Amino acid sequence: MAEYLIQTVGLPGWLTWSLLAVLSAVLILNLMAGGALVFIWAERKVSARIQDRLGPTRTGGSFGWLQSLADGIKLLAKEDLMPEGADGMLFRVAPYVSFCASFAAFIGLPFAFDMVGLRLNVGVFYVVAVLGLEVFGVILAGYASASKWSLFGAMREAAQVVSYEVPLGMCIVVPVMLAGTMDLVTIAEKQAGWFTNWYLFHDPFTFVVFWVYVTCAVASVNRAPFDLAEAESELVAGFHTEYSGLRWSFFFMAEYSSMFLVSGLAAVLFLGGWNGPVPIATLLGLSDGTGESTGAIVRLLGLANLLGKATLGVLIMMWIRWTLPRLRIDQVMTTCLKYCTPIAAVMFAGAMTWLWVFPGGVLNLDDGSRRPGEIREGWLEGPGGRSTAVSDAPVDDAPALAEIAEVSK
Amino acid sequence: MSSSVAQLLPVLAAAEGGLNWHGFFFLLFALLACCLAVAVVLADNVVRMAFYLVLSLGATAGLFFLAGAEFVGAMQLMIYVGGTLVLLIFGVMLTAQEPFVSIKTPVRDKVLAGLVGGALLAVLIQAALSGPAWSGSAAEGGGGVALAAGQPSATPLGMALVGIRVDGDVASGEKSPEDGQVRSGYLLPFEIVSVHLLVVLVGAAYLARSKRRKSSGGQGADLSTGGMR
Repeated sequence: MAEYLIQTVGLPGWLTWSLLAVLSAVLILNLMAGGALVFIWAERKVSARIQDRLGPTRTGGSFGWLQSLADGIKLLAKEDLMPEGADGMLFRVAPYVSFCASFAAFIGLPFAFDMVGLRLNVGVFYVVAVLGLEVFGVILAGYASASKWSLFGAMREAAQVVSYEVPLGMCIVVPVMLAGTMDLVTIAEKQAGWFTNWYLFHDPFTFVVFWVYVTCAVASVNRAPFDLAEAESELVAGFHTEYSGLRWSFFFMAEYSSMFLVSGLAAVLFLGGWNGPVPIATLLGLSDGTGESTGAIVRLLGLANLLGKATLGVLIMMWIRWTLPRLRIDQVMTTCLKYCTPIAAVMFAGAMTWLWVFPGGVLNLDDGSRRPGEIREGWLEGPGGRSTAVSDAPVDDAPALAEIAEVSK
Repeated sequence: MSSSVAQLLPVLAAAEGGLNWHGFFFLLFALLACCLAVAVVLADNVVRMAFYLVLSLGATAGLFFLAGAEFVGAMQLMIYVGGTLVLLIFGVMLTAQEPFVSIKTPVRDKVLAGLVGGALLAVLIQAALSGPAWSGSAAEGGGGVALAAGQPSATPLGMALVGIRVDGDVASGEKSPEDGQVRSGYLLPFEIVSVHLLVVLVGAAYLARSKRRKSSGGQGADLSTGGMR
């Protein structure tokens, strides 16, 4: 697109890049805000249905479509209160810190083929690092509110998020290891084809790791059953007790976009990203799976795939929230330290062993064709990569190593 | 952009007319990092200091991203901004007693700190400006900042960890032209450091663990009190 604007339309380079940057920022912002609107409405409906109620029925028509918008207008009109003993500057800034962390993480998440805010070579790592900063806004809010409930809520959340980053990181390492890269685009491209290529179905260990990831992801975005930070029976509303109006809604937007983000990350890491369960576009001959060769329709299809998977993830989180009771803090820590971390570690070792025992897959259904991601990353052909691993004859490592050194120069 | 600033800082030299975003963002992040670092020193509330420190370190991460060193930038976010600051806030907020929450620095301490800091700054500026990119022809050639060509990659870094160095194989056994040593991977030093950290962690857990009473009634009571407190 940049080349098109520069060469065909004739815009100067700096203006083009500024326009494109603003465009992607606006798109991501709209995704976050619009997503929050839809998800809050969905949350009301899902919770109502689970509890055998109807939920909103009147606002904006028969299904209460406009309920979130009405909520938003109500929030806009609310008085913006600040407690007397609060640290004014930190109190005002905290919601934006949370929101910005969530926003910045979206920059690294690819939506379809090359539709990504900024394609980073260390995409997974960046997203996880930035997502971890969201808790900082919560801690600030808890401290600056000058309220015991807020402080307790913030402390719980901080302890929980910091602990759950460990098993979460271990789960994420498994697909990174299978793909041989931290580039999210390449990871998704390597799962192109039928749904059996998804890393979820790569081996039994990745299947288990995915569910550990789901647990840790729910915990790291503070959704029930891990929502001790805002346990209303003990802490009123936890860290956002003293917030109202628009600032409060910023916290909510950050929470919902984080949910969407971890679901999107799960989709890219385990569920094939924008590759549907059946490779329709490839079967019809519209695409060979790479971003460079696809038309607009295929891209839209991929976008719909990824958004659909991520939305499904959010809906599952809602289902979990309205099904399971809230855990106590010691149960939360037990789940993390005694179950998730050891299971993730064992599954990591298991997946590694699996890759070593069955380098070409169990059934060895290799037809010699290489997936798009591997064509792009030339160095993947080295030891552990596909081409050497599949061939039967033992390969002398030295030339392959030299080739890697050559390529990486 | 005034021309004097552009002459002073070669990164501001505008490329092909128009705005030079690279120079602009470099200045922005650098200014943010410096101002917020000063704010850390001047603030008198511990939590505000931590907040400014986080922002300052975040701006530094922005500089790394700008230079195309995405791995280092993400590392900076993960380790410094994320880990250290969360822990610092834990430590500060759990341990801070009334006299330490708000810290008033005496004037003589400020003078002393200013002297030490100023001396260090002078040394650093001297060292930075004596670099080849800042003087002579390199500065005139459109900026002294090396922009990463094409897709930057952390792959050589990861490969070097297991012994496959960009500047030559470990397996080939050839010697480096600089120091005559056989090149090695970074795996062994990395492992030594990580075992060291593990020992520190175990030690910290040992010191911080809850002391259990030996006379308490049986396993059940132990379980109910032995969790997180």
